[in-house]
Amino acid sequence: MIKLSEHKELTEHNLIRKAKLPSKVHIPLIQHFGKPCDKVLVKLNDFVKTGQMIATSEGGVFSPIHASISGKIISITDCPHPLLGRAKAVVIESDGEDEKIYDLINRNDEVQAYSAEKIREIIFNAGIVGLGGAGFPTHIKLKPPKPVDTFILNGVECEPYLNVDYRLMLERTEEIILGMKIIIKVLGAKNVYIAIEDNKKEAIELFRRANLPSNWIIVVLKTRYPQGGEKQVIKSCLNREVPQGKMPFDIGVVVNNVGTVYAIYEAVCKNKPFYEKVITVAGRGLTNSSNLEVRLGMSIRDLIDECGPIKEEPRKVVMGGPMMGIAQYNLDAPIIKGTSGIILFGKDEVVEVQERFCIKCGECVTHCPIGLEPGMISLAIAKDRLDLAQEYGVMDCIECGLCSYICPANRNLVQAIKYAKQKIEDKRTKK
Amino acid sequence: MLNNSNKLKVSVSPHLVNKRLLTPQIMWLVTLSLLPAGVASVFIFGLRSLWVILVGCISAALIEAVIQKLRGQKVTISDGSAVMTGLLLAYNLPSGVPLWLVVVGCFVAIAIAKQAFGGLGRNIFNPALVGRVFLLSAWPTYMTTFIKPFDTITQATPLALMKQEKISNLSEAGINYMDLLIGNRGGCIGEVCIIALILGAIYLFYKKIITWHIPLTYLVTVGIFSWIFGLKSALFSGDFIFHILSGGLILGAFFMATDYVTSPLTQKGQIIFGIGCGLLTCVIRFWGGYPEGVSYAILMMNMIVPLIDRWVKPKRYGVK
Repeated sequence: MIKLSEHKELTEHNLIRKAKLPSKVHIPLIQHFGKPCDKVLVKLNDFVKTGQMIATSEGGVFSPIHASISGKIISITDCPHPLLGRAKAVVIESDGEDEKIYDLINRNDEVQAYSAEKIREIIFNAGIVGLGGAGFPTHIKLKPPKPVDTFILNGVECEPYLNVDYRLMLERTEEIILGMKIIIKVLGAKNVYIAIEDNKKEAIELFRRANLPSNWIIVVLKTRYPQGGEKQVIKSCLNREVPQGKMPFDIGVVVNNVGTVYAIYEAVCKNKPFYEKVITVAGRGLTNSSNLEVRLGMSIRDLIDECGPIKEEPRKVVMGGPMMGIAQYNLDAPIIKGTSGIILFGKDEVVEVQERFCIKCGECVTHCPIGLEPGMISLAIAKDRLDLAQEYGVMDCIECGLCSYICPANRNLVQAIKYAKQKIEDKRTKK
Repeated sequence: MLNNSNKLKVSVSPHLVNKRLLTPQIMWLVTLSLLPAGVASVFIFGLRSLWVILVGCISAALIEAVIQKLRGQKVTISDGSAVMTGLLLAYNLPSGVPLWLVVVGCFVAIAIAKQAFGGLGRNIFNPALVGRVFLLSAWPTYMTTFIKPFDTITQATPLALMKQEKISNLSEAGINYMDLLIGNRGGCIGEVCIIALILGAIYLFYKKIITWHIPLTYLVTVGIFSWIFGLKSALFSGDFIFHILSGGLILGAFFMATDYVTSPLTQKGQIIFGIGCGLLTCVIRFWGGYPEGVSYAILMMNMIVPLIDRWVKPKRYGVK
């Protein structure tokens, strides 16, 4: 793990503000880990209200999808998707009213009496997925097949540029604490940790001053990438490792990131479905880099306009953080549930590099958070020796990208590893 | 508003630009860090050593260029690795060698030890050292005839004198530790001035190009071993400072054993490598046929680097 140049200063001190209501949204039917929502509940020309469930499925791993604005369904068709290229989406044209289908209520006290089952149902119906990256449906994560005794709030946010979790911790502290209490109740967890990197001094201070239950422990972690990876947080907080090929619940742990916990609070305590989230839109070329509360389905273009005017044309636009995010080629692609930010890179922040042969300096080996040898794996992949790559542990890679970032030979290490993992996975499913 | 005609660049993450040192910069910085020792050698041995250094660097680069052309590859002498090899080879030669010998050494280093294995990153042995030991076995007289500093007469190295049992301690050779530090002794061009070498090494540490793992374990091992066995007549009374400062140990430990390509990947492996180099160096110095053992020690350890890398793996997350 190493310290990166963080660029957090662009939006670190910017209050979360609401983006203006989009005139049109594209809401993809797949925004989570699992199968797409194949049961579309609306038809062309239907009117929908904000927060109305528009697609769901039956059985298996999925999370229902909601309308993020009120208005008319103008098409249900293939649209740009930020991760998949293209995917089926419901397109809603706003009527400008933003009429909600639910009543915003305050049931903080009532919630105490809710059963775990009922809370999970609320979370399912609200369409909440893990916002740390993978997008795994939260109602399933909160029903672990083994007893869990430890809950960790992941407030690390180690990706440069992003300040979503940081701002939420500062501005919605109480809400996050309530959200945590709900999760702890559902899981029956006894040990509670709040993990925050030491570059977020104000957030640490706020949680220290908050009236937390006595058994909650605030863990201040060194600012090192990728400290916020689930496996790294568990190791740093508990000094325990998730065994290879196992899940955190196998060692009795569940980790949720700040954004997810906040969404859970909103759904359970305020009856609000998950159709809106906070993201960081930042880049040197933007006049107003911001932390925005945006409606899902809004296009990247709308958001860039919201933070403009543009000072410098972007050369690359990334959805997510700059270490693990996905470069976008179509600015009409929408914000989806898992989107944490939109980062714009200018001309001199996008450099074409020449890949050289590995000089075996060992930097990737020294810094790999999983203890792999990315250089050796990439050499095996270059020789098409996927068997050897597997022996070297390629499937354990968390794809944090640190190896490529530090390689003096500019080798495409994590890129080769992603390719190999996909190929091995394909081979396995074909059998 | 965004200008639509501007095409966006798409690539796989990570997207963050890192101002790290790249391979060519590393090679040139190592070359730079070796310069003080070269300048010192010109003072000590005269202009003759400058010619050896220049012929070494230029012929190494030319030979690399020609071979890459013949192999139909891109010529990559601008990455500095060939010049560095030529420089290191020159540093491992006595100042009085004929210049054609330098060219032959460079040919062996670049053509055989490096390019025949596939070029930078694929060689098993340190090229400069292969060049040196080839010359040492082919023209032993040239390679062991050392010029006395600030003079034109020849002089044996302190280690050679000790090997031949002509002296049993440093003062009998008429020099002291200070002479070893500033380079007032017989030896190869680049190995004699310890102060200049340390200066370069400090720069490499500062630039984080090398780490302590290999040099420190190498030096400490030689220190301990020569303290125990350094004196023929009694155990635990060897002059370990003399052994650390003599011969090519400082040059070898900081600039040759640390070569990325031919040293282990993991830090644990590097520690084993350093200790192994130290043990072999001492075994050769005390019981072998040569007064100096650094070159052979490093080359022998180079040979088992793939084995070290196979056995010493980093601790994998979640694997017991």
